[in-house]
Amino acid sequence: MSSMSAPAALPTPVVLPAAKAVIWLVGTALIALAIYYFIGVDQGAYSVFGKDMHVHEFVHDARHFLGFPCH
Amino acid sequence: MEKRLILRGGIAGAVAGLLAFVFARIFAEPQIAKAIDYESGRDAAQEVLDKAAGLTPEAAGPDIFSRTIQANVGIGLGMVFFGIAMGALFAVAYAVCLGRVGKLRPRNLAMLVALGGFLGVYLVPFVKYPANPPAIGHPETIKDRGNLYLVMVVCSVVFLVGAVWLGKRLQARFGNWNATLLAAGAYIVAIGIVMALLPQLGELSANVHEYGHQATETPLPLKDAKGSIVYPGFPADVLFSFRFYSVAAQALLWASLGLVFGPMAERLLDPAMRTAAKPAPNQPEPAGAA
Repeated sequence: MSSMSAPAALPTPVVLPAAKAVIWLVGTALIALAIYYFIGVDQGAYSVFGKDMHVHEFVHDARHFLGFPCH
Repeated sequence: MEKRLILRGGIAGAVAGLLAFVFARIFAEPQIAKAIDYESGRDAAQEVLDKAAGLTPEAAGPDIFSRTIQANVGIGLGMVFFGIAMGALFAVAYAVCLGRVGKLRPRNLAMLVALGGFLGVYLVPFVKYPANPPAIGHPETIKDRGNLYLVMVVCSVVFLVGAVWLGKRLQARFGNWNATLLAAGAYIVAIGIVMALLPQLGELSANVHEYGHQATETPLPLKDAKGSIVYPGFPADVLFSFRFYSVAAQALLWASLGLVFGPMAERLLDPAMRTAAKPAPNQPEPAGAA
């Protein structure tokens, strides 16, 4: 990182070596996005299980309340 | 370190989602029930009109889950899993930000990342496409509405990341305060352009074809063939309350995410901070300690 010069007084933050952590970070982000997709989008605009509505109907109220378009 | 941060993000997210669920159960469910009552009444009125016009009504699909399941278990699991997912994303963003966004205590950084999540993931998309209770939203436009909402979410998050990067770039030249203001201004202009370009939901071609030019899909009064109103439009108070509680629940979720994660991160990072504060071998002078 180019912005690492001249560390000033505390609080000195910890810089994670992003290159080493990248698998964990990207993997976590992908899983989180999958959950986001199933709660908010699946069986609405898109559907990975075809014309089934179980996921949609089960999280129906949460989907409305969290701000996703529904029906 | 990143694994421990992610674990804490998931825990904080679950706690936040649980709180948001309790809030939703108390405040949102009565509004959702009113909206569903409105929808049922309207469907019944529509059926009478259709019969009078000689149309055979469509058979309604069977209910897969009862309202009791939806209003207690479904929304609960939905909110908790949403919280866990946002907690995990939050932890990823936090890990990337650590040490790259200036001198911030771990707790304060947690609150700022939570604020960013609230704005980027929810509130800014809400400004263009606000949350709607059941009964609002035409089934034939769900694909367009879903895509437009996701475009708003993606733009708002990407621009927010861009604004943070821009603020860092400008900081050397303009100082913290002015760089922050400039970056915030750039964000507002950029997202404002996107909002102006994206269509209003009522202007989607399927809606214009069916209902004429309207701003939204909120149900208008139902009229019979002679033009007299047989069923009212969607109640404005229910719509306001639902949206207000929706914003409040997300504010609660992101605030508790930051408040639960912050102290945990501080405990986790503190020993590491002390190590980092020690003079590194390649530095001519030890950094000042406070």
